[in-house]
Parts: sequence; C-alpha cells; structure tokens
Amino acid sequence: MSKMPFPKQSLFIFRLFLLMLLLTPLVAQSETVRIAVAANFTDATGRIVSQFEQRSGHQVKVSFGSTGKLYAQIIHGAPFDIFLAADEQRPVRLSEEGLAVANSRFTYARGKLLLWSADVERLEDGKAYLINGDYRRLAIANPKTAPYGLAAQQVLQHMGIWQSLSTRLVRGDSIAQTFQFTATGNAQLGLVAASQIKAWPHPGSQWLIPENYYRPILQQAVLLQRGEENAAAQAFIQFLKSSEAKTIIRDSGYAVE
Amino acid sequence: MEFDWQPVWLTLKLAAVTTVLLLIVATPIAWWLSQTHCRLKHVVGAVVAMPLVLPPTVLGFYLLVFLGPNGPGGQLTEALGMDTLPFTFSGLVFASVLYSLPFAVQPLQNAFEALGTRPLEVAATLRASAIDRFFHVAVPLARPGFLTAMVLGFAHTVGEFGVVLMIGGNIPGETKVLSVAIYDHVETLQYDQAHILSAGMVGFAFVVLLLLYLLNGRLHRSES
Repeated sequence: MSKMPFPKQSLFIFRLFLLMLLLTPLVAQSETVRIAVAANFTDATGRIVSQFEQRSGHQVKVSFGSTGKLYAQIIHGAPFDIFLAADEQRPVRLSEEGLAVANSRFTYARGKLLLWSADVERLEDGKAYLINGDYRRLAIANPKTAPYGLAAQQVLQHMGIWQSLSTRLVRGDSIAQTFQFTATGNAQLGLVAASQIKAWPHPGSQWLIPENYYRPILQQAVLLQRGEENAAAQAFIQFLKSSEAKTIIRDSGYAVE
Repeated sequence: MEFDWQPVWLTLKLAAVTTVLLLIVATPIAWWLSQTHCRLKHVVGAVVAMPLVLPPTVLGFYLLVFLGPNGPGGQLTEALGMDTLPFTFSGLVFASVLYSLPFAVQPLQNAFEALGTRPLEVAATLRASAIDRFFHVAVPLARPGFLTAMVLGFAHTVGEFGVVLMIGGNIPGETKVLSVAIYDHVETLQYDQAHILSAGMVGFAFVVLLLLYLLNGRLHRSES
C-alpha cells in the first residue's frame, strides 16, 4: 500500500504558502498608513492621497467622520496612524493624553466657513438674507462634535441671531451631512465648509463669512503613537507639509500658512 | 447631574403614533395578502418586506431626496400646503411606518392565514357579510397576530436609528429621539448619560419581548 507523502490538497496549500513567503518581502517595502480625516477635508484628501501613493508606493486607508467622533474612536483604540482633525482642540488633547507623538502637531489648513444655498438666486445679499430672509431651515454641523458647527454657532452669536434662529436650525452629524441637507434642498441654507462648494459640481449661491465672525478654524494634524514606527505614516506627514500638498489644499478652498 | 427626559417622551410618542398608523395600514395589506390568489401577491409581499433587508441608510437617503422640495413627495406635501417632511416629527412618523411595516404585516398575515377558510365559510353560511366576517370572525381569531404586530411595530420604532439620523436633523423635542440622543452622548463623551439611556433601552427591550412571549403563550394555551 503506497501512500503519498501529502494528500493532493495539502500539497497545493503548501505550495501556495511557499509562494506567499516568497512574495512577502516585496509587500513589506510598501507600508500601509491608516488616517482618520475630518469630513470637510474629504475632497482634498482624495487628491493628496492619490499623489502620495503614486510618489511613495505606500498605501493609504482613509476613514472620514466628524472630528469629535474620530477623536472618541482614537481614545478607544481605533487603529489610526495619523489624525487630520478640523480643529486644534482634539489634537492638543491627544498630545496631552499621550496618544499622539510629542511635537508632531501642526496646522495643515485653515478652514473657511460659507453660507450656501442650492438655489442660485437665493443669496444675493447673504448677510441680510441670513438675518431677515424667509427660509425655513438653516443647516449647521453639530457644534458639540464638529468644529465647523462650533464656528457656525460663533457666527450666529456674533450676528446676534443664535437665539432667534433656534427653531429653524437643523444639525448635521458632520459637516458632510450638513452639506447633504443643504444640497438636497431640505434646508434652504447651510453653513458649510468652503472646500465642499469647491468640490460640488452644481451651482448655487453663497456668502463667504467674514473671518472675524468666528475663531479661526485651525485644522491640525498629529502623528498618533500607533504610527510612530510606520515609515508610510512619517512619509505622509512630510508630504502633507510639502508645497505640492499645500497647492492642492489651497485649491480645495482652504487657507494655508 | 441634570437628566434630559425629552428624548424619552419623544420616542414613546413617535412609537405610539407609528403603532396606531401601522395597524391601520398593515391590516388591509395583510388581509389582502392572506386571502388573494392574485399573481401580484408575491410582488407586494416582497415590496412590503424590503425594509427588513435594506440598510436604513438606503431608506434614509431616498426619503431625504424623495421628500425634499425637489422630490415628488416633497412637491406633493407642498402642493397640499404642508411643510416638507424631513426634520419634522411627521416626517419621522412617515419614515417609521415604512420602516416598521414588515414587522406589522407579517405577523398579521400569518395570523390571518392560520385561520384557514373554514371559520369564514361557516360565517358566510350564517349570512354574515364580508365586513362582518372580517371584524367579527377574522379579527378576534387573529388576536395574537395583532398583539405581536403592535408590540413589534412599537419596539422596532423605539429602536430605530439610521433613518432618523439621516432625515431627522437632530432637533430637540422634534426629531432627537432616544437612539440619536445616545449617539450624541457617546460622541461627546458623556458616558454617564449614555449609560442611563442605554441601560434603559436594554431593560425595555427585554421586558417588551418577555411580555410578548408570555402573552402569546397564554393566548395559544387558551385557544387549545
């Protein structure tokens, strides 16, 4: 009775395993970096990531959400290497809590807030319309979780209409949802990020909010502890500071220092 | 710590209104499905059951577009002189009825089908009209089905989250229901508030289902 050393199937699996072993060194050279990105930076991130991946050969996995939600996920151990927040408060807290690499925090963009309507003719005089206009809903991002929402609240308080508008406000979970409420026309007006309008193909009408109406939206990035040893994460941070990335960021509707 | 009860009352109100409407809408559908031999039966059955398999985001997205001022539903509500439905309590009721429909239709349909043809035929020989047969024969005999439909419709509405998040706009007292309030508390790291509401929901779900099983058990026993 002759017996094969391996049954056929396990021979196949063994060969497959050998093949994978051979390929492993090739794969290891390009690393994967996972980044958590504030929802307003979605469009710019897509462009930056594709440039970065082409140049470096590294891979990037991006998760979008409101800054508050991503922060909560990170302090509970979410596997991110880099956090691109929409404010400075959360990156500062992460540094204080020892979850971010010391001195890795920097401002990658300064956000601009925009009053926007999907209706081309609605906002001829945006300021007057916001105060006296006949609209049913104004969408803002949730001030508790989204920095653009906090800025929106500051704008309305600065203009003295925060109280009187309270029944007309709808709150998006993130600035992305706020934009979606406005773009579908369910809210006639929305206080959204200028970057979102840049990325939106349909016309509408808008009023760029004067920057002294709200505290500057300093969008800061930090390298998280998890990404400290990751070559791809460090390369991405370097790329984010490059003039090439800054051009993309500026083109996407942000101010860059 | 000041505890905010508003989302609790709002949720109970939403679930109660939805349950009443669900019974009104689901009963004729379930009756028709149980009695008909029409070829469209399975098509209608499939449409009614769709919320069971569709992600709530799909429903939320389409409702937002459909009920918005540029969608057919939104134009209808505006033509009727009403506001558009997203971001309103009525909008949530509408969405909840759609979303919970299979939870009401299916138990009712099962109950009606379980009657068989015999009781209705007997009633007909006693000259009961179709309407009499329905209200005085079918409905009382299908009691367990109604109970299940009500409890499941109510409980499922209380547990709704995705659709509400997408068309609600998080307005306190209007669309900020329990599940959204919990989500908010968790996101803003107010875990003590989140714990109270979440533990309450766990208890609620258990008690409701336990009651349902107990009552159904008793009804079945009393029948046999």
